[in-house]
Amino acid sequence: MKELLSGNEAIARGADEYGVRLASAYPGTPSTEILEYIGKRYPKIKAGWAPNEKVALEVAAGAAYGGSRSIAVMKHVGLNVAADPFMTLSYTGVNGGLVIVVCDDPEMHSSQNEQDTRNYAKFGKVPCLDPSDSQEAKDMMGEALNISETFDTPVILRSCTRVSHSMSMVELKDRVEGPKELGLKKDPMKFVMLPAMARRRHPLVEQRLKDIAAFAETFPFNKVMMGDESLGIITGSVAYLYAREAMPNASFLKLGMVWPLPEQMIRDFASRVKRLVVIEELDPFIEEAVRLMGIQVEGKSLTGLCGELSPEKVEKALTGASTAKSIGGIDMELPLRPPNMCPGCPHRATFTALKKNKVYVAGDIGCYTLGALPPIGMLDNCLCMGAGIGIAAGLDRSLGDLAKGKAVAVIGDSTFFHSGMTPLLELAYNGGSTTVVIMDNRITAMTGAQNHPGTGYTLREDPTISADMEKLAEAFGFRRIRTVNPYHVKELQDVVKEELSADEPSLIIARAPCALLKTERILPDKPLRIDENVCIGCKACINTGCPALEFVKIEQPAEGDKRKGYSRINEALCVGCRTCFEVCKSDAVKEAS
Amino acid sequence: MSEDRVYNVLIVGVGGQGIILASDVLGKVAARHGYDVKKNEIHGMAQRGGSVSSHVRFGKTVSSPIIKMGEADVLLSFEQIETLRYFPFLSVDGNVIVNDQKILPPAVFTGKQEYPPDVLERIREKVPNAVVVDGIHVAENLGNPRVVNVIFLGILSKYLDIPASTYEEVLKESLKPKLVDINLKAFHEGRALAAS
Ligand SMILES: Cc1ncc(C[n+]2csc(CCOP(=O)(O)OP(=O)(O)O)c2C)c(N)n1
Repeated sequence: MKELLSGNEAIARGADEYGVRLASAYPGTPSTEILEYIGKRYPKIKAGWAPNEKVALEVAAGAAYGGSRSIAVMKHVGLNVAADPFMTLSYTGVNGGLVIVVCDDPEMHSSQNEQDTRNYAKFGKVPCLDPSDSQEAKDMMGEALNISETFDTPVILRSCTRVSHSMSMVELKDRVEGPKELGLKKDPMKFVMLPAMARRRHPLVEQRLKDIAAFAETFPFNKVMMGDESLGIITGSVAYLYAREAMPNASFLKLGMVWPLPEQMIRDFASRVKRLVVIEELDPFIEEAVRLMGIQVEGKSLTGLCGELSPEKVEKALTGASTAKSIGGIDMELPLRPPNMCPGCPHRATFTALKKNKVYVAGDIGCYTLGALPPIGMLDNCLCMGAGIGIAAGLDRSLGDLAKGKAVAVIGDSTFFHSGMTPLLELAYNGGSTTVVIMDNRITAMTGAQNHPGTGYTLREDPTISADMEKLAEAFGFRRIRTVNPYHVKELQDVVKEELSADEPSLIIARAPCALLKTERILPDKPLRIDENVCIGCKACINTGCPALEFVKIEQPAEGDKRKGYSRINEALCVGCRTCFEVCKSDAVKEAS
Repeated sequence: MSEDRVYNVLIVGVGGQGIILASDVLGKVAARHGYDVKKNEIHGMAQRGGSVSSHVRFGKTVSSPIIKMGEADVLLSFEQIETLRYFPFLSVDGNVIVNDQKILPPAVFTGKQEYPPDVLERIREKVPNAVVVDGIHVAENLGNPRVVNVIFLGILSKYLDIPASTYEEVLKESLKPKLVDINLKAFHEGRALAAS
């Protein structure tokens, strides 16, 4: 039977069909849905959100050591967090198959950088499979698990936004269990990476890479498709589909395994075509390897290093023009439509209170990063998950009086449990006067509402512990810990002011559930309204950036009316969070009648 | 319509308008009809408010999951300026279906920028037979403002060669039972609007 599945659905399905017994992940676009589908559809797989990717990989590694087929799932930058176990897992090898599913994000549709996971495969000396569509994504899960067990290595299954989020037809099969015997097996020479053991493992890793390279020559997903011999294209991932669309008659070497590369296959293909071009997104990974073989090849000089490819980009790179007859653009400046915090978002209230204190904000990653955009403009840096607290500490300690009482760190709840606990400990340990605000909206919102160790529920919505931030900070040695409802903007504003003036590290927890959450709801879901005759048109409410507010221009003012306009509430959008009420200078915001 | 051709439908709008459901149904309909299907959507970072686009392609065999710029046969847009944003995807021979709705972007609702006044005129300059329908109005007359997306699916279906019964089957399977009737009504209302 065939079904239309997204790449992420197909990867989840593949995990089930090929006998995966455990899956662990931390959310991150475009990888998030994989574990969500496993949670909902495949009860035979033990699955759960890990606090971060490093832990996810370690949990999966444990399962593989015990003989289970297992997967760890993350977005590209997640592998940075998991890089430490990843690099040495390559040495210990596995037992049951272990696949690390990593999703790249060319074009940075929802990411902070455009790193290319294939480099990690080379760095860690592990194989990397690179599917183009959903069928391949599912099939390659099976191939990856087999390779992992055959060659005793973790394997990267690399996806990207356009593979993970594209749908295509997939042939379905039934689940088959993995081949390995399960159990605790002592084998210190293989699994304990003391220097003496690691020294014996390293040559095995080098030999393994050679063996897999030989295997790659006959790997069925490395395919030559000869067409017109004047142009030969080496490609993989979704770039293969773009290239096929753009140049249907060319000859192709499609690589399903992008590390290690099948050198002989590449040499043969190169010798059969007149012009050889590598079409790949992100880094010149294949191109440089081909050039190192002494083969003349083009690639990034045509397609560029930044952003994603597309059928027309590939066509233009190869032929200089597109054959498509576009109706063309319209010569008009269109207002942009950037993502925005939702109506009723508690983060908006928190930023409003911070803005009143005119502070510098060391930021972090989550929905609250959108606080950097106008009209709020209250987030001054954002590096990677968990970085904000450390950065604020560095500013505080190095600048002394220049920063004292003027800077805070903000961090979301999921980010706090991901990588904010250790920097908080650093603050308690090394002192200073940094103020940290945890914007606790009780969920991992940015990636579409996933549970985490603070929400009280698991991946499958089973009740579990809810880690206590206040007690944690207390245990770390914090003496100043305040919990505030951010919708009480004035109160939060005062609390921030007090904590900024303290001479020791302090923690403020601004706690209110995400406005999209149906559970734990504290929002009244009753719209407010603005009395347009009382509104003085000062825009204090408008400058909170709430999409439920609109500034209505007054074209012909009545006599004596000096206003340029007034604010109006869109009742269809307003959920009654009262942030506009809190900032209104003229008592114009009223309960809806 | 030849056997080998690939149909390219680009559906665009703003998060929360039901675009993903509409394109999911279309994809399943094409698959049920026996076509090879590829479909891709980009839905911005946040839950709401961002620009959303969904590419649906079907035919005997389809390679790329995204439409080549300039090869969309139909551009179905749920919001006025989003139509213009994605115009370069449309083929010179393509059709445009527009929901006559304005959703104000941040720079507009905060009073920093104007919403372009003559969007529909600009669309018609390039595509004189563009179909413009006030979907919310039609939906409210049907008794449920949330079926705008399925009304437009009905209009769109008139530009494609798959029978209405296939859409009906997929709608029945994809929706909660209590929403099936109103959505089938909305679908046929859309088809009637396209015919008139
Ligand atoms: C290492 C890494 N993993 C995952 C992500 C994707 N990601 C970005 S922010 C975020 C969590 C946001 O949750 P939270 O901190 O609770 O803030 P909220 O969005 O709820 O405001 C995730 C999972 C990332 N950017 N980097």
